[in-house]
Amino acid sequence: MSISDRVIAIIADQAVLEPSDVSPDSTLEDLGIDSLGLVESIFAIEEEFDISIPFNANEPTQSDFDISNVAAIIAGIEKLVSEKA
Amino acid sequence: MKRVVITGAGTINALGHSVPATLEAMREGVCGIGELEFRDVERLAIRIGGQVRGFEAEGRFNRQQMSLYDRFTQFTLTAAKEAIAQSGLEFHGELSAKSGVVLGTAGGGVSTWDENYRSVYEEGKNRVHPFVVPKLMNNAAASHVSMEHNLKGPSFTVSTACASSNHAMAQAFAMVRSGMAPVMVTGGSESMLCFGGVKAWEGLRVMSKDACRPFSANRNGMVQGEGAGIFVFEEYEHAKKRGAEILCEVSGFAMSSDASDIVMPSKQGAARAMAGALADAGIDPGKVGYINAHGTGTAANDKTECAAVADVFGRHADSLMISSTKSMHGHLIGGTGAVELLACIMALRDGVIAPTIGYEEPDPECALDVVPNVAREAKVEVALSNAFAFGGLNAVLALRRV
Repeated sequence: MSISDRVIAIIADQAVLEPSDVSPDSTLEDLGIDSLGLVESIFAIEEEFDISIPFNANEPTQSDFDISNVAAIIAGIEKLVSEKA
Repeated sequence: MKRVVITGAGTINALGHSVPATLEAMREGVCGIGELEFRDVERLAIRIGGQVRGFEAEGRFNRQQMSLYDRFTQFTLTAAKEAIAQSGLEFHGELSAKSGVVLGTAGGGVSTWDENYRSVYEEGKNRVHPFVVPKLMNNAAASHVSMEHNLKGPSFTVSTACASSNHAMAQAFAMVRSGMAPVMVTGGSESMLCFGGVKAWEGLRVMSKDACRPFSANRNGMVQGEGAGIFVFEEYEHAKKRGAEILCEVSGFAMSSDASDIVMPSKQGAARAMAGALADAGIDPGKVGYINAHGTGTAANDKTECAAVADVFGRHADSLMISSTKSMHGHLIGGTGAVELLACIMALRDGVIAPTIGYEEPDPECALDVVPNVAREAKVEVALSNAFAFGGLNAVLALRRV
């Protein structure tokens, strides 16, 4: 599975949706993921890829990590994974 | 209904090992938050906290006591000794039989759990010390205070996360006010600053890596502290008859539950608790001069709390002072309301308002007088102490100058 598919699988699982229902331009809000769901998703992604995501729940929009939509999250993860390699 | 006054106070926290030392630090706007020091700290992303320094159990407690006292119990006994000594009370006969201890803690003996899990999981040991259970239990501190000071009345521990101490003091207040107990020893303590304790909080991603800046636009989370605050709540006539020094009066309290979210605070729940405490005390909101805020330094708490204050006080919200001393001693979780009550006593008795330090940028969503960075002299008749816990459980105390 590609990084993108793995991230989408985690987000879909959190949103209780099928991966096919999660599109790159979906926002977390569109998917019904609240702040607790977001923190859980970040944790699941960190565990999946063994990376550390710079995300502070106090200021989600000001973190170095872009969560504005699914595509932005995937791009951020791909970058962190490539930096790790 | 009886009147209830405070005739003794004791504490140990990052700002000082006694009430005078702590109040002096609050007046001076000292920051007690610094680099954490304990085993495995290098594996943490969050490495700051309001740690109690220079506190050695050796010398204060004997060997057998040490094997039974977790750090949270050591803090509690140290603060209780100061509070009860100040009150001048000795518990014998009927006074002993009726007076009890109600304390708050969220985690109890967290470092005892941590050390023993490490020993069996990481080090592979198959045997633990026989006193692990009596050392870690949440009521250990209350029980040891009762034993040390011969308090044989109603005694128990309340655990409501960050509101534990306020809920505990509310119970003690209700018991003295109703005539059930002439004196209650109350307050709370916490000691979660160990690897497992901080690691658990790290997971929630609400902790700041650099400072606790309540109400400041650039705040970025909470910072944990540790310690204890213990008080002697006494029936007014009982205190007056024996010529005790009265620090202030506890005049009302209220508790509320948000019934909405396990971590996000609610403006309505907070407002109901503040308004309820004033109604219980029979005090007009316009008389409140100072609020010791819950003020955690998280985005969610501070704006919700300020909005709740605006709702309860209307135009008067602009003329009262509200500060968060967590900026100095950190968030003592289950012990926080107890240490913060000291700031209310200082406001009422000494006319000194503890500042919110670390304040750098105004936030339009927290547009109240947060007493930024520098303590202020002001005569205050009534103060409130707020505590709003995870789980949506709120407890607010109303205090009055005597």
